[in-house]
Amino acid sequence: MVRVDGTGTGALVEIRNLDKKYHRGGEEIDVLRGLNLDVEKGEFIAFMGPSGSGKTTLLNLIGGLDTPTAGTVRIAGDTISALSGRRLAAWRARHIGFIFQMYNLIPVLTAFQNVQLPLLLTGLSKAERRAHVEAALALVGLSDRIHHYPRQLSGGQEQRVAIARAIVADPTILLCDEPTGDLDRAAGDEILDIISRLSKEFKKTIFLVTHDPVAAKRSGTLLHLDKGTLLECTAEGPLACKPEDRGQ
Amino acid sequence: MKFLHLILVNLRRKKMRTALTLGSFMVALFLFGILITIKTALGSGVDVAGVDRLVVRNRVSLIQPLPIAYREQILRVPHVEEATFATWFGGYYQDMKNFFPNFAIDVSTYRRVYPEYRFSEESWRAFAEDREGCIISPPLAKKFGWKVGDRIPLEATIWGGTWEFNVRAIYETERRELTSPELWFHYDYLDERRGFWKGLVGWYTVKVDDPASAVEVAAAIDERFANSPYESKTETEKAFAAGFANQIGNIRLLMLSIGSVVFFTLLLVTGNTMASAVRERTNELAVLKTIGMNDPTVLVLVMAESVAVAAIGGGAGLVLAKLFTLRGDPTGGMLQNFYFAPRNLALGLALALAAGAAAGIIPALGAMRLKIVDALRRV
Repeated sequence: MVRVDGTGTGALVEIRNLDKKYHRGGEEIDVLRGLNLDVEKGEFIAFMGPSGSGKTTLLNLIGGLDTPTAGTVRIAGDTISALSGRRLAAWRARHIGFIFQMYNLIPVLTAFQNVQLPLLLTGLSKAERRAHVEAALALVGLSDRIHHYPRQLSGGQEQRVAIARAIVADPTILLCDEPTGDLDRAAGDEILDIISRLSKEFKKTIFLVTHDPVAAKRSGTLLHLDKGTLLECTAEGPLACKPEDRGQ
Repeated sequence: MKFLHLILVNLRRKKMRTALTLGSFMVALFLFGILITIKTALGSGVDVAGVDRLVVRNRVSLIQPLPIAYREQILRVPHVEEATFATWFGGYYQDMKNFFPNFAIDVSTYRRVYPEYRFSEESWRAFAEDREGCIISPPLAKKFGWKVGDRIPLEATIWGGTWEFNVRAIYETERRELTSPELWFHYDYLDERRGFWKGLVGWYTVKVDDPASAVEVAAAIDERFANSPYESKTETEKAFAAGFANQIGNIRLLMLSIGSVVFFTLLLVTGNTMASAVRERTNELAVLKTIGMNDPTVLVLVMAESVAVAAIGGGAGLVLAKLFTLRGDPTGGMLQNFYFAPRNLALGLALALAAGAAAGIIPALGAMRLKIVDALRRV
């Protein structure tokens, strides 16, 4: 269940009256304005909207990478907009997995070592870390590329390593910022297949930012951001939200 | 330790840059090792000086002598327990490059003033009973392969001719800093054979019964010989040794100046390297923070990289310096105690690590304060 009117209760993600302003060259820019959002566990949400509409900013706020100007972000009972420093970092490590458009792998580390990074922040033993990493890489179909460096992988494979890194610590939420934006259609479809599988089989709560309608179609719910405001899309509205409403 | 691998692979990213930075540390710490060894060697007399001993020398200069008759007068000064004397001989073995310190000593009193040198009664007696006998230090015995019973010819630079000595003893001491290559022989033998300065000695060493009375005793001795043809200057053994070392200039200031310049340069070079490394990895640092690495850990990670460079490069420089000093005195006699002591090695390592930490702190703070969203936007 996804609501944008701020009337939901007890959802996994509860965003209330969220404002985000940036200052650029003495000018104040309202990126998000009074945004409300409730998302239940296991939902797969896609955000679409023109450039500068605040999609990535919203993703960053949900992931605790940025702090709101006003309003609250409450996830799994924690008001993360009130957390800072070490506590926020620890919260992020436990609850959030990020997938970026440009993969953001560390080039001097192998696929195994890149995926292992989030686990280095946990108390897992070396053997436990190895088991987790191998399972994550197997899930994205890269068991045979475990000791390859990013430069030895294709773009699609690099993104799959990035997905393995995002899920290896079993986070509550996956935040995907245009994960297919730098890939061709075939590789992009492979990535979307994995993300869809994480939603359906592993019941991960997923937020996907995309400009690609094909990618957005994979989501359970499509939300449109425009000029800092979240619009609930209905069958009657300008944009269809549910796959069945989109007539595709 | 979990991030050790990450630190090491980061060092291997730009191999040439890392090699040059390591090289800077290596050269700087090698230089430090050699300079501090020279300083220690020049000041070794200062370190071994006894607190209860005074040195009486000619007021004009150390190379001017004092009458042997002064000993009886010195002994009459209150708090003086014993007085012995020695004279610089300045001999060398076969070639000038084989120069080492050699002194004529007063056999009957020397042991009582310098108890830190140990001999068996038998070997001391053999030395005392042989007018041409001599005592050598373990390093000298090792250097020329001399042993008890050997007859050694020395060329005398002051009194001329070849002088022969019988090795009667090799002293022992537990204090490493006391074992420089040196030879002692009978003052009587010197005074009998030399053509001038008969009845004169180089300096006296006076043992006092209470170190607290040293100033009072020194003043009393100098007062006793005031207005005589051989006025004296009495000072603590430590001051005497320091004055001897400073004859060639203010070594401490020289070393400090060179060391400071080298370390300041090192700081700039390494600081610049680390700043570049952090700047190039802004995005990766943001990713590490995104996955949950907290700010202090990021700070430590960058600092550790800088300190690792310092430890590896500095350590290599110190090892090279140690190897260099193991070859012994490179000057052929001017730096008798040319020894890179473990405490100096530890000091060098501590300095290298401090320089590494200082060079890394500003880039590390920058990395720590990095805002994730800003850093990711820079991609």
